Amino acid sequence: MTTIETPAPVAAAPRPAFKLNWVRLAPVLYTVGLFVIWEIGVRISGLPHTILPTPTRVFEAILQYWSPIWKNSVQTLYTTVLGFIIAVVAGLGIGLFIGWSKTIYAGLYPIMVGFNAIPKVALVPILVIWFGIGTVPAVLTAFLISFFPIVVNVATGLATIEPETEDVLRALGAKKMDIMLKVGIPRSMPYFFGSLKVAITLAFVGSVVSETVASNSGLGNMMASAQSNFNVPLVFAGLLMLAIEGIAMYALMAWVEKRMTGWAHRSTMAN
Amino acid sequence: MVRTDLFFFRSTGMASPLVSIENVDMRYGGPDGTLAVSGLNLRINRGEFVAVVGPSGCGKSTLMKLTTGLHIPQTGAVIVANSQVTKPVSIVGMAFQNPTMLPWRTTLENILLPLEIVEKHWHRLRSHKAEYVAKAEKLLETVGLKGFGDKFPWQLSGGMQQRANLCRALIHEPELLMLDEPFGALDAFTREELWCVIRDLHASQDVTIVLVTHDLRESVFLADKVVVMSARPGRVIAEHEVPFARPRQLELLYEPAFNEMVQRLHGEIATARAAA
Repeated sequence: MTTIETPAPVAAAPRPAFKLNWVRLAPVLYTVGLFVIWEIGVRISGLPHTILPTPTRVFEAILQYWSPIWKNSVQTLYTTVLGFIIAVVAGLGIGLFIGWSKTIYAGLYPIMVGFNAIPKVALVPILVIWFGIGTVPAVLTAFLISFFPIVVNVATGLATIEPETEDVLRALGAKKMDIMLKVGIPRSMPYFFGSLKVAITLAFVGSVVSETVASNSGLGNMMASAQSNFNVPLVFAGLLMLAIEGIAMYALMAWVEKRMTGWAHRSTMAN
Repeated sequence: MVRTDLFFFRSTGMASPLVSIENVDMRYGGPDGTLAVSGLNLRINRGEFVAVVGPSGCGKSTLMKLTTGLHIPQTGAVIVANSQVTKPVSIVGMAFQNPTMLPWRTTLENILLPLEIVEKHWHRLRSHKAEYVAKAEKLLETVGLKGFGDKFPWQLSGGMQQRANLCRALIHEPELLMLDEPFGALDAFTREELWCVIRDLHASQDVTIVLVTHDLRESVFLADKVVVMSARPGRVIAEHEVPFARPRQLELLYEPAFNEMVQRLHGEIATARAAA
């Protein structure tokens, strides 16, 4: 019996080692594919660099202007992350406050929706009047644009506690505070961490918009001045850096989400 | 030993019932809202097992909420353990059809949750943790879940979650256990297994149980007294003592006398439905 069983896995084992895992490779292949199609398309159509540069030209520009690109990328990352951190703290606080009672929820919700409907770019001039140009309005724009999804998600998590759970606890003499601490807040955590992925992406939008119109530094400012010099490859280099920063931060948030609320992804964890 | 205990509790219970609902009206949603129960009268003695049956929408769940103090009636009085109910009474344990285990806590932590709420326990929970954990594990063993304490609820089957739910309802040693269709969502075999679990819990602990159910066989198999309610607005239209001797075995379900009683209850509820 055993002599028959042992050779079978040995013979079968080497085969998967040579087999490519297409699902894992797919992101890389598709990205490379996108650049290749882009490159070929531009070369065939013969578009000038000032309209649409080829990826090779964009990478060239990244190397050529590495020092300002690096400096401005760090600046943008800094304003974005700072605005995002303020949004997380404020969003969590306001979300808990709104989700606390139905009256507060009903009263503040329309105000929040109205506030969210205002294009944040329209607020930048006001922020400039208050704080001058530079880092502060960029941080604040990133904060203003990204805190809304956090608030809504936390409040929703609190507002959707199962009535049975609440009954069981209230019958035992639980106060509102007990129910919030034991059930509401842990329950809203998956919503909260899920919203971080949306919020970080929006934070980049906010900081770059503000840098473009009212700053002397950051990728937004760099791209704006490159554009006025018809240095289109540098504009695209800035866009590429933003995409890279965005993907990195999104991946970080997704990782945090998975670490903190593994129980909410139970379908993947259950054996 | 067990019998004398039970007898002792029953006989003292005769003097003052654990739960006494006197002429209660309960209306939801203001003066023009639905009248859920009207002229409701019910007495539940200490140690008794009472099943409440009736057509759907007859206010069975309202009865539960009135008894536990989650709702305060507009007229009439609800008296639990010799005092009128004006706020949630913490001597009850509750279990619903939906087990509502918190998915971020292990089964054991879920069972310990009521202790973090009930005042007399949370003061000593930290210092006496081991003692409480031992108690929870003993309860888990009683319901046939030994060794499952460190599993998360979503790793358990529906029947196992419902067993854990019962443990959670019992951990703080409630005098009164309120069950709202706890076995409604389970398959027939699991349900019968859990009937036996409840039967044994009732026999081994000094607990009064109120079971709200749609299943007439369940009510007759488990209860000392079956209370039949009318259609909305609900009130008690009949009370039946269940004559079968304890301990009852599942074979009872196939005896003519048992089925006769179930049939009689069925007839009463059909009439109550038709009257509505």
